[in-house]
Amino acid sequence: MLHDMKHDDIVGDYQEITLNLFGNLTRKILYTQIETPYPDGKLIVSTTDPNGVITHVNQAFIEMSGYTKDELLNTPHSILRHPDMPPAAFKDLWDTIQKGNKWQGFVKNLRKDGGYYWVKATVIPNVRNGKVTGYTSVRRKPSRTKVEECIKLYPTLF
Amino acid sequence: MSNLFTISPDFSPDHISGWYIFNTWLQKQTGEAIHLEMYNDFHSQREAIKSDKVDLIYANPFDAAMLVREKGFLPLVKPLGRADEAIIAVNAENTVEDVAHLLPGIRVAVTDDPDVHLMGMIMLEPGDLDANNVNINVCDTYVLVAKHLLRGDADVGIFLAEAYDNLSNMIKSQLKILVRSQISVIHHSLMIGPKLVEKRDKFQSLLVDMSNDAKGKGVLEGLGIDAWVGIEDEEMEFMIDLMDTLNT
Ligand SMILES: Cc1cc2nc3c(=O)[nH]c(=O)nc-3n(C[C@H](O)[C@H](O)[C@H](O)COP(=O)(O)O)c2cc1C
Repeated sequence: MLHDMKHDDIVGDYQEITLNLFGNLTRKILYTQIETPYPDGKLIVSTTDPNGVITHVNQAFIEMSGYTKDELLNTPHSILRHPDMPPAAFKDLWDTIQKGNKWQGFVKNLRKDGGYYWVKATVIPNVRNGKVTGYTSVRRKPSRTKVEECIKLYPTLF
Repeated sequence: MSNLFTISPDFSPDHISGWYIFNTWLQKQTGEAIHLEMYNDFHSQREAIKSDKVDLIYANPFDAAMLVREKGFLPLVKPLGRADEAIIAVNAENTVEDVAHLLPGIRVAVTDDPDVHLMGMIMLEPGDLDANNVNINVCDTYVLVAKHLLRGDADVGIFLAEAYDNLSNMIKSQLKILVRSQISVIHHSLMIGPKLVEKRDKFQSLLVDMSNDAKGKGVLEGLGIDAWVGIEDEEMEFMIDLMDTLNT
């Protein structure tokens, strides 16, 4: 389940905004300007069902997002949706993977504590016996140069 | 007709005789005629796989996708607690403390282990480094990778973590680790091909039980493995998908 963010969970000064998400969902977001650096040497991994509902997360995912495993499983992946991410990026993601292709891009993700972290994500369809059973995303540490480019580019895509 | 068994060419030289002894054990236990063929490099091993010569393989994770998806192999077992991890190291005197501070044009020493190479290159990406802007020097062994760093012929070395940890203390004291991967789901796997696939359950249970028996335990020691753990099909599919994302 996707809940509104709670004041008590937030660390530092924050702003408030309501996001419209897929399936007529809305979510109140509280977000700060505090960045958590990507941990060296780790991959952040999650799998979703065909609708983008989380079915698997690894330990690095749990640590970086700040949520517990129980809070993440069976929840739409938009639980990490950051207001600075242009909707066009996710439209491109879904258009690409629904055609059976791989998608790669740089994503700013929202943490439970209102902070954020940048990743380089690769999303692929999981094909089992010829059928798409879900999608897996594997994130790695992005280069700072690429992140700086996205910080300039993304605001122009709204 | 005899079945052909081969192992990933990145095996440690200390375990060559161990693999022959393991093959003898396997033949006795399964009642199958199995011939162990060691290939010197990944290229010649892949040629053998492509021409359908191989029936059993202790495979590098990098080759798992091809084996399962193109050649109909299925997973049997993996070694207990032994994931493949990579290390990026430099000469201890190098002032660089973070991959992000490495510069294009650096000389990178590697071996031809495909999975370690892949993980290592991913760990160089945060420094805006990729195959197009570094000079790759492929060495025969990890000891040679270390020697290149010590001599200053290479700026960065990509190691299998286990091989790095097994370097002598003298060598390690002259090196510095910049990053150690903590991926934990990429591993070598013993896999069975189409010709033997009906015997998969039998092979798998014999292998999983191997460490419960004194003789079997001794054979495993010769491979530097504590026990075999069964691999479910979905676990293998997951690892293949993961390797696929890294390969992009
Ligand atoms: C496997 C997979 C992983 C995803 N990972 C993320 C993620 O880390 N952060 C994110 O904001 N959206 C991620 N998405 C996209 C979300 O499903 C969603 O499209 C996005 O958050 C925007 O929300 P909306 O589609 O409801 O507008 C992922 C989707 C898939 C299929």
